[in-house]
Amino acid sequence: MRWFWIDRFEEFVSGQSARTVKNVSLSEEHLDDYNQTWPYMPPPLMIEGLAQTGGLLLGQMSDFKARVVLAKVGRASFERLARPGDRLTYQVRFLSQQADGAIAEGTILLNDEPLGAVELVFATLSGPEFEKVELFQPHEFLRMLRSMRLFDVAKNPDGTPVVIPEHLVAAEQAFLSVNCP
Amino acid sequence: MASNDEVFEKVREALVDALAVDDSDVTPAATMVGDLGAESIDFLDIVYRLEKAFGISISRGELFPDDILTNAEYVSDGKVTASGLAQLKARMPFADLSKFEQNPLVQDFGNLLTVNDLCNYVKTKLA
Repeated sequence: MRWFWIDRFEEFVSGQSARTVKNVSLSEEHLDDYNQTWPYMPPPLMIEGLAQTGGLLLGQMSDFKARVVLAKVGRASFERLARPGDRLTYQVRFLSQQADGAIAEGTILLNDEPLGAVELVFATLSGPEFEKVELFQPHEFLRMLRSMRLFDVAKNPDGTPVVIPEHLVAAEQAFLSVNCP
Repeated sequence: MASNDEVFEKVREALVDALAVDDSDVTPAATMVGDLGAESIDFLDIVYRLEKAFGISISRGELFPDDILTNAEYVSDGKVTASGLAQLKARMPFADLSKFEQNPLVQDFGNLLTVNDLCNYVKTKLA
């Protein structure tokens, strides 16, 4: 199963905020797995969408070298349900950011109307026990970022574009040279 | 200057929100880890809530000087040395280290901090 819970980035300001969209489709198995007679998007997967949006926002600050995980969800409230054909917008804004993680507020819009709000705590895994832990293959990770069009919209706070980190480009080229010579 | 009660109430609110514990669980003598179940990631959340509630800034290592505990100069055979204890006291004037001093095992340090220590820390920041 693909674990992509956002379709694309619409806005990305390094170290500050990001906005993504997710279109809800009946072709997604989890909708009728969750409720067969009245399919809707499971709210926990909306939290996952916010987590991916915010996790990539935090990860970008270290050129995606830090191992970022969603550590904790504070308050989460959902006022309505998203159904097939609806468009979700996930907005994440950092309230506090430190070396070992970030606190963020996430808001969800349903077709531009408020749907919910979630408090998120992200952690960066550091220390010797995590040194050899890779959460992603770098070339696959870059493919995901490209698919989500992150670099099409990502900007630094001064308005300059966020460039693709060299180590990801190198991993992609190494992969392509072996698999697509 | 906030009174002791005002500080305690705001600290309690921060801990209730961050740790999802009951108001009644948050007593001055309660330890953060042992009694309230705080895990390492919760401290990031607690620090943020305290900063917001009191309008203060808390830098990394100020409230929990774990750099001392990972410094070979201050730790020997899993225990904090006399010079390490002196460093901890200097860095944590808000905490009651008397019990920890009796058997200063590094592994026990995480459960040292009480709600009262946290209140004292906030008061030093507000002074």
